[in-house]
Amino acid sequence: MENNIAVKLQNITKTFGKQVVANKDVTLDIRKGEILSLLGENGSGKTTLMNMLAGIYFPDSGHIFVDTDGNGLKEVSICSPKDAYELGIGMIHQHFKLVDVFTATENVALGLDKSIAFNKKQIALDIKAICDRYGFKVDPDKKVYNMSVSEKQTLEIVKALYRGANILILDEPTAVLTPQETDMLFDVMRNMKQDGKSIIIITHKLNEVLEISDRVSTLRKGEYVGTVDTADATVSSLTEMMVGQKVTLEIDRNEPVDSKERLIVKNLTCVNKYGVKALDDISFTAYGGEILGVAGISGSGQKELLEAIAGLQETVDGSSVEYVDPNTGTSSQLIGKTALQIKNMGVALSFVPEDRLGMGLVGSMGMSDNMMLRSYRKGFVFTERKGPKNLAQKVKDDLEVVTPSISTPVRKLSGGNVQKVLVGREIAAEPTVLMTAYAVRGLDVNTSYTIYGLLNQQKEKGVAVIYVGEDLDVLLALSDRILVLCDGKLNGIVDARTTTKEEIGLLMTHLREEENDNG
Amino acid sequence: MGNMNTLLQLLQSSIAFGTIIMFGAVGEIITEKAGNLNLGIPGVMYLGAISSLVGVFFYEKNVAQPNPFVCAVIAIVCAFLAAALGGLLFSFLTITLRANQNVTGLTLTIFGSGVANFFGGLLNGFSGGVGQIRVETTSRVFMAKIPFLSDLGVVGKIFFSYGWLVYVAIIIAVLSQWFLNKTRTGLNLRAVGENPATADAAGINVTLYRYLATCIGTGIAGLGGLYYVMDYTKGTWANDGTMENLGWLAVALVIFAIWRPKNAIWGAYLFGLLFWAYLYIPGLTRKSLELFNMLPYVVTIIVLVFTSFRKKRENQPPNALGLAYFREER
Repeated sequence: MENNIAVKLQNITKTFGKQVVANKDVTLDIRKGEILSLLGENGSGKTTLMNMLAGIYFPDSGHIFVDTDGNGLKEVSICSPKDAYELGIGMIHQHFKLVDVFTATENVALGLDKSIAFNKKQIALDIKAICDRYGFKVDPDKKVYNMSVSEKQTLEIVKALYRGANILILDEPTAVLTPQETDMLFDVMRNMKQDGKSIIIITHKLNEVLEISDRVSTLRKGEYVGTVDTADATVSSLTEMMVGQKVTLEIDRNEPVDSKERLIVKNLTCVNKYGVKALDDISFTAYGGEILGVAGISGSGQKELLEAIAGLQETVDGSSVEYVDPNTGTSSQLIGKTALQIKNMGVALSFVPEDRLGMGLVGSMGMSDNMMLRSYRKGFVFTERKGPKNLAQKVKDDLEVVTPSISTPVRKLSGGNVQKVLVGREIAAEPTVLMTAYAVRGLDVNTSYTIYGLLNQQKEKGVAVIYVGEDLDVLLALSDRILVLCDGKLNGIVDARTTTKEEIGLLMTHLREEENDNG
Repeated sequence: MGNMNTLLQLLQSSIAFGTIIMFGAVGEIITEKAGNLNLGIPGVMYLGAISSLVGVFFYEKNVAQPNPFVCAVIAIVCAFLAAALGGLLFSFLTITLRANQNVTGLTLTIFGSGVANFFGGLLNGFSGGVGQIRVETTSRVFMAKIPFLSDLGVVGKIFFSYGWLVYVAIIIAVLSQWFLNKTRTGLNLRAVGENPATADAAGINVTLYRYLATCIGTGIAGLGGLYYVMDYTKGTWANDGTMENLGWLAVALVIFAIWRPKNAIWGAYLFGLLFWAYLYIPGLTRKSLELFNMLPYVVTIIVLVFTSFRKKRENQPPNALGLAYFREER
């Protein structure tokens, strides 16, 4: 039995900083000649775990064993990507590691042995041999910047194979591929498996797991849940492993009072830079005095949705976002208005952490100057400083922001405090629609609860709150309704009080084709 | 015949200055291809110039019969090492301490010119009074022309009437072109300048490559200073700021040559020609003369506009140029 195993991870633990535990005591076997799916929600530690095999990170504790020569497992220490290659481990990252101005051949040759001159023709022949063996298509002389995403991915796999990889790790390989390209990838994966290679595919798409893999291992919140044979698994059994049992959170939730239509979104469609629909025909209504949760695997269109409403994202013709003024009851179209006009109407976007310091705050300025970013147009010639200063002080006191002074550069603050500043500033503008994304990511429990409290306060004031989150337990406890996005499509809106974690998990991972077509 | 001679003089001075620019540009191309933007080229040229001068001055002073070969070796080694030390300082500040490359480079230029002028003044003091020192044996070695070939009439004058460093510059440029494009080490070096994260993941030591590329690049640039003092000013120290001008032209030439050493060869001579053109255009006043001095820079700007307009990826600066690299941490 032992002879059958290519890699063994034993009691691997990895933490970032003091609080974030990415992997806790994970033990996992990868067999020879199998395709193993590594399944888990966002932030469950899949990529981190595999990065430790690829030499990007080094585990805090635990052991890694690799069978390098077919003579059984040996304990190894993988300190760099080079070490990983020497052990026959190759990882294909989500962000390709290729040099754009180089040809395929040059990329493959990069960093290999020490001989001065190199024979491009020989390498091109070797590449062709690998391609023929597994069914890849690579043009050795094509420059990477002329390649499609799928071609780049193929090149990455060929590069790993050229370096003698026997264990291939693919990090969400299908996220960037069309269905046809995915089929092609799966074909070569099967060929590689036939050839005795071990393949680990990181994914959260259940249908792909069922289609391609032999076994499925699941991680949840950094911990190993278990491994099952794919033959014994079903969509619902896998969902249950992935999302786990419901955890009850003590978050206050009042019934929405006097809710009126605030935002009416119709047929909202956005196209990303690759020409793929990031949002596909989204229609929903957000009400004042309620929290509308938005759930979905990351990259399902959450960012585009919020940005389209805030006027930061171009939309396709026919999209409509109607805003109903709570005081006058008149409705107006937001599409076509500038971000500033929309903001002045009371639609606030506190797009919290994806890019905490990029989008919302200027890192080298203090709290008070950051408050001014919202009001710098006030004042004649000279900026008006007093108001922002008072506001900064108020936010600091109300939200208990830990900072030496309101003029300390915000980049010196901890993540949680930065988030409080950002959310505090948006709330201070007394919005009528408040949108937040991942407002509690990376925050400790207490700070998270402060933020939930703030959002609930806004809800009671009659604000329409849109909360994009990743922790299903929080979404279930905080929201009134939950909108589920899947691959840029609206896959259902459920009542947060009656739904189950499994239902949302399924909606997140499995597109309900038929119902979508009708509705 | 008078016109012929004027033209000949123009070509000869263009090639002399072109050589200095070429050393600087080829050194800077190697540096920039690894991702380091070193604006200290004029400074390291100064360092190379003064060090070679100081080195051979003491050798010639203390030895009764200076050996010409030893003179040449001392001059070259001093010039290369002093300039490379300047590069090492730049590397330490920008790669290890991650200081801003532009600021560090400018500082290196000021530093190099200050050091050179200080020691140049001291050195001239040795000759007593207000005179200049001269390292005669050494400069004679560097100014030695190729026998026979240099006597071949006009052809000999245009192609073979120079000191041998002129040909060394061309050889270094050709070798650099071959090195960058045909060798594995060159491929790795370019990868470091394009995408250090990828290079790192491929097992290339990014820090080592950047250190070496910068130090060797500045060393080559230092040879430009060597040529200036040993050949152009005939082994004396007289600073009128020309070397600094040539250093900046070298930095501009890197862009003009779109980061290719082979283009730097003819580009350098063209810049030399443009530099001296004003002397040979009749009817220039002091004012319009300054306009002509701008020519090399105007040409560089035109090339910049042209290359960014065409957007051909191969003609763009190395992608990570000017950026410090550190491994991603979460």
